[in-house]
Amino acid sequence: MNLEKVIFGFFIILAMTLNFGFVIGEIDNPAHHHIHELFAVIVVNLIATVLKFGERTQIGAIHLATSLVAVLQLIAAASVWAYAVHMSGNGITPEIMASIVSLSAGALVANVLSVIMLIIETVLYHR
Amino acid sequence: MNNLLSLMLRRLKRINTREEAERSGRDSVPPRQPASSASANSVVFIMLRRMRAPLLVLILSYAIAVFGMTLMPGVDAEGRPTPGMSFFHAFYFISYTATTIGFGELPQAFSDAQRAWATLSIYLTVIAWVYGIGNILTLVQDPALRREIRAARFRRQVGRLRQPFYLICGCGETGSLLLKALDARNQQAVVMDIDPARIANLELGHYHLDTPALVADARQTEALIDAGLFNPHCAAVIALTNDDQANLAVAMSVKLLRPSLPVLCRADTLEIAANMASFGTDEIINPFEVFGEHLAMALNAPGQYLLYEWLTGVPGTPLVQPLKAPVGKWLVCGYGRFGKAVVRNLAWEGVQFTIVEAEPEKTGCPNCIRGSGTEAATLKQAGIDQAVGIVCGTDHDINNLSIAMTARQINPALFIVVRQNRHSNQALFQEFNAHITMQPSHIVAQEFFSLLTTPLHSRFLTLARNQGDAWAYELISRIIGLVSDTVPEIWDVRLSPRQAGIWQLLNEDWPINLGELLRESPEQETRLPCVPLLLSRAGQELLLPDDAELLQPDDRILFCARPGTRSRLIKVLRDRNLLTYRLTGLDVPGGSIWRWWHKRRRQAAALAPRIEQAP
Repeated sequence: MNLEKVIFGFFIILAMTLNFGFVIGEIDNPAHHHIHELFAVIVVNLIATVLKFGERTQIGAIHLATSLVAVLQLIAAASVWAYAVHMSGNGITPEIMASIVSLSAGALVANVLSVIMLIIETVLYHR
Repeated sequence: MNNLLSLMLRRLKRINTREEAERSGRDSVPPRQPASSASANSVVFIMLRRMRAPLLVLILSYAIAVFGMTLMPGVDAEGRPTPGMSFFHAFYFISYTATTIGFGELPQAFSDAQRAWATLSIYLTVIAWVYGIGNILTLVQDPALRREIRAARFRRQVGRLRQPFYLICGCGETGSLLLKALDARNQQAVVMDIDPARIANLELGHYHLDTPALVADARQTEALIDAGLFNPHCAAVIALTNDDQANLAVAMSVKLLRPSLPVLCRADTLEIAANMASFGTDEIINPFEVFGEHLAMALNAPGQYLLYEWLTGVPGTPLVQPLKAPVGKWLVCGYGRFGKAVVRNLAWEGVQFTIVEAEPEKTGCPNCIRGSGTEAATLKQAGIDQAVGIVCGTDHDINNLSIAMTARQINPALFIVVRQNRHSNQALFQEFNAHITMQPSHIVAQEFFSLLTTPLHSRFLTLARNQGDAWAYELISRIIGLVSDTVPEIWDVRLSPRQAGIWQLLNEDWPINLGELLRESPEQETRLPCVPLLLSRAGQELLLPDDAELLQPDDRILFCARPGTRSRLIKVLRDRNLLTYRLTGLDVPGGSIWRWWHKRRRQAAALAPRIEQAP
């Protein structure tokens, strides 16, 4: 067992599960999507991205790419949230909530791809 | 065992296929090695990998600080408790606090709980930043990364070269001399050396061209590949390191990986030279042998020697005066590689000599006077009073000068040959002013330079060596007529499609002989100040071709000329109208309408048929 692999897999899967937890629920209902969850998703995704830095393999490059996509989507979602609450003056309306959730749903797809690649890599891995 | 065999077989197969690929088309680009392309962006990978830990620390510390900030209850202007900050405000606050910008308590004055958390966050995040920045600074100064950055820049530079270049391995005295000479002729080179100080020296030198230089061991094949071994513009590899084994390794790798690429090597011993020749190294120069031959030539065929000196000198410098090496008894001090080569050639020429050697057992000297030669007693014992010349050939410059000065004091009429090992002692040797000063690095650089830039030149010198001394004196007098007192320029011209004017005329079966090409116009008898030395065409070599020789397309001609003549001749060769004027004395118009008009007028005037045919 390799501790590095455990940590790597842990963060990638955690990124996906947290992301799923935030996205699930009615898309435009603010009561179903808590900001703490979004915060946790962003932090875990950032950590996962940094863990993928410096991989020289082809699959490592795709890993990094999916993580970058996820982070981009999540930061966009967080920016929309901050805009809605602090700048627009209307607060979280159902429309805004829907766009935040759909952005993070995009990140979820990227995270799922990441996990699939992790599984493929594990299956193909033999000494 | 099995493994080893299969590996060798696979290797052989690979070499064969590569050879075939090279043979199939001369201009076909050889396969680029994956090794060099994969390592091209290794700088980025190294940086990313090293940045992982600091980035993780930063992300975590920010996350903790921001999250904690949102949990701390706030207080409004009237002192009533309010819920904590939003994530947006918390992130804003932590961002300006962590980077020590510190705007204060924004957007509202903090509650005590918030202040307590802010204190904690400051220590946490500032420490994270310090750690991150410190890491970046060490990373930038990391020798491995710097080497990688330099190597990447070198590879980029080599990859960008769009003209033929020579790959020079070893940039010591010989290498830098050769580089200077190539640079003066606008020939691109790529340099590698194992010693960082030499590469640094290169950057300080004054060169016209930007020469990519790398600190690397030429014995490693990867280094050669990085330096453009597989680059289609690589014209030749030149191994000039002061380590014979390294030169051998370079020659071997090149001949294995890219057999069609010419390799030029310096070899200081006969065994290594034979080894190099055994697998097809194209040119091997042993400076000691070359000099031994020169010395023998100076003794036996002074005309040949003078001709050689003149034709290999730096153009524009004063011509060396003819010197007569006296025939009689010679003294050879030092029986190392140099001494052996000299002795072999002296014996070949039938010259009588005595050897003086400090360690006869070590060098395997048959019967010689023991002693270093720096003291008068040894020299007297060796019979310096009856000698006519002395060769000071140890590998120590100061000893050589000491021997020479002692010898001159005892016998002022001596002909003195000194070996100079280090270029930095130039001033001393100039001051001493021996009859012949031999510098191995100079000889090698000169030979390689003429081999690279004018291949016909070295061919001519070889052919000339077989002609008699009288032949040499005749040529010398012709050269004096051209240049009077400076070294002439030697260059060759190929009648290729690039010389558009003559190429077209020759392909239209217009008979042009060498004399016509070199005269200024048919009426005047003035000629371009040059002597054609050698004409080379498929399977034929004409030494000193005469004026009646008819030219053919793709002929190569070697000229010896007054400096500045080359551009004049090239201008004529490329310009069809100018050339026609040279040949016929007629000013032929260039454009087709004008030519047609000219033809009609000529027809009307019923000019001579030869003029009619003028192209």
